[in-house]
Amino acid sequence: MADVRLFVTIRRKQYAGAAKPALEQLAFTAAAGEIVALVGPSGSGKSTLLNIVAGLDRDVNGEVQFDRPDARIGMMFQTSRLMPWLTVADNVRLVLGRDADGAARARQLLRDVGLDDVDDAFPRQLSGGMQRRVALARAIAVRPDLLLLDEPLVSLDAPTAARLRQTLLALWLQLKPTVLYVTHELREALAVADRILFLSRGPGRLLVDFTVELPRPRDPGAPALAAMHDRLLRAHPDLLDGSATLTSGLTDGEATA
Amino acid sequence: MTATRSISVDAWMRGLSLLGALAAWQIVASLGDQSLLPTPATVLASMGHYLANGELLYHLGITLARVTASFLLAMAIGTTLGILMGRSRWVDTALDGILILGLNIPALVVAVLCYIWFGLGDVAAVIAVALNKIPTVVVTVREGARAVDHGLLDVATVFKLSRIRTLLRVYLPQLYPYLMGAARSGLALVWKIVLVVELIGRSNGIGFQIGTYFQFFDITSILAYTLAFACTVVIIEEAGLRPIDRRLTRWRT
Repeated sequence: MADVRLFVTIRRKQYAGAAKPALEQLAFTAAAGEIVALVGPSGSGKSTLLNIVAGLDRDVNGEVQFDRPDARIGMMFQTSRLMPWLTVADNVRLVLGRDADGAARARQLLRDVGLDDVDDAFPRQLSGGMQRRVALARAIAVRPDLLLLDEPLVSLDAPTAARLRQTLLALWLQLKPTVLYVTHELREALAVADRILFLSRGPGRLLVDFTVELPRPRDPGAPALAAMHDRLLRAHPDLLDGSATLTSGLTDGEATA
Repeated sequence: MTATRSISVDAWMRGLSLLGALAAWQIVASLGDQSLLPTPATVLASMGHYLANGELLYHLGITLARVTASFLLAMAIGTTLGILMGRSRWVDTALDGILILGLNIPALVVAVLCYIWFGLGDVAAVIAVALNKIPTVVVTVREGARAVDHGLLDVATVFKLSRIRTLLRVYLPQLYPYLMGAARSGLALVWKIVLVVELIGRSNGIGFQIGTYFQFFDITSILAYTLAFACTVVIIEEAGLRPIDRRLTRWRT
């Protein structure tokens, strides 16, 4: 069982040449086995934050700490980022190191995420949703203590997204990693997260730290969830900056205009 | 189905165009002065003669050895430099001037200088050929290194892949098209330069033989050696490079 707490303190993150910082004065902790959703409008630095936690971006004034130094990280990027020259099974196997039974494990992981009979296919022969599943299999292959998910359901059609969300939650129940889940959809966050951190429009700051007290399993269409969604937006009008795009379906440009 | 059929159609087309060239040669030769352009049959007979007495295989073998050595040397050094220059602006700026110089120095100058500095031996010959080819490999591979997808390298970082695994399974596959291109054009260049280098400074190999027959104005022998040489190039392309290329780009289809 994974039991890794995550401590994040970011005083300031500014990209070279940018007019204003991407993130500023942002601090939070995530309890072991908790799913923490990061919700905010585009440009709020969600992906930047995830890259910093993943250790991909070290050019930051701040710290990321785990309470175990050997914490294993699994990550799903916003695009699947599979190696196009490796078969599906080899893509999963790639992260497994020199395991003798790596091939068998890779195949089992692909079954776990609901993929049959595509082990020897190349990524470009798969649909977007299936590629996302392979990326998920790869992310959990390392038995992560910390699972970083960057918009894992974005640009999938509704049924595909719903199935992938169920798979994700089933695997989380099994492995209990600490999860950071980036999304711009409030409903999606309410459906999966224990806690939601709302980020402001850039520079990303922490607006609200909200605990989702809904029993699992949750139905994203359930009235209780919808009510919480509406209540949340009423109680925190300052979230509207980020949430207007979700509720009314406006594009970013229209929302700011 | 379609893939196999188009491959065999391709093979037919290739064969037909070669046959056409052969027919044209036959026609021109039979119309003109045969001491200047012998017929294909005469050349084939001459090639058979040199094959039988072992002379052709001896010189062809020596030339092949020189081609192989300088090709591998140039690919290794050129790939390393190309990756370094593609990755780092600093290295790129530092070496760019030398690269342009290297691209433009005539092959003959490099060969002559190598023979003077390293002596009239195979070491000088191989270095001279490699030096001529390295710059073109660098240019191609640098292009590939600049186009590398950092998103995929991030995957390797997050999942803590070992350096060697990252290189072999994440980094180099992105360079394969560029490496194949460099190998193809490079091999063609190496063939040509090896013959020149042999002509001016070695006492064996195809280039030396062609030089010798040139002094006797023995056009039949020159063409016999050229034909043997051309056959070798085709065999290497069909049996070596093309299958490798097909294997490495299997995932694209």
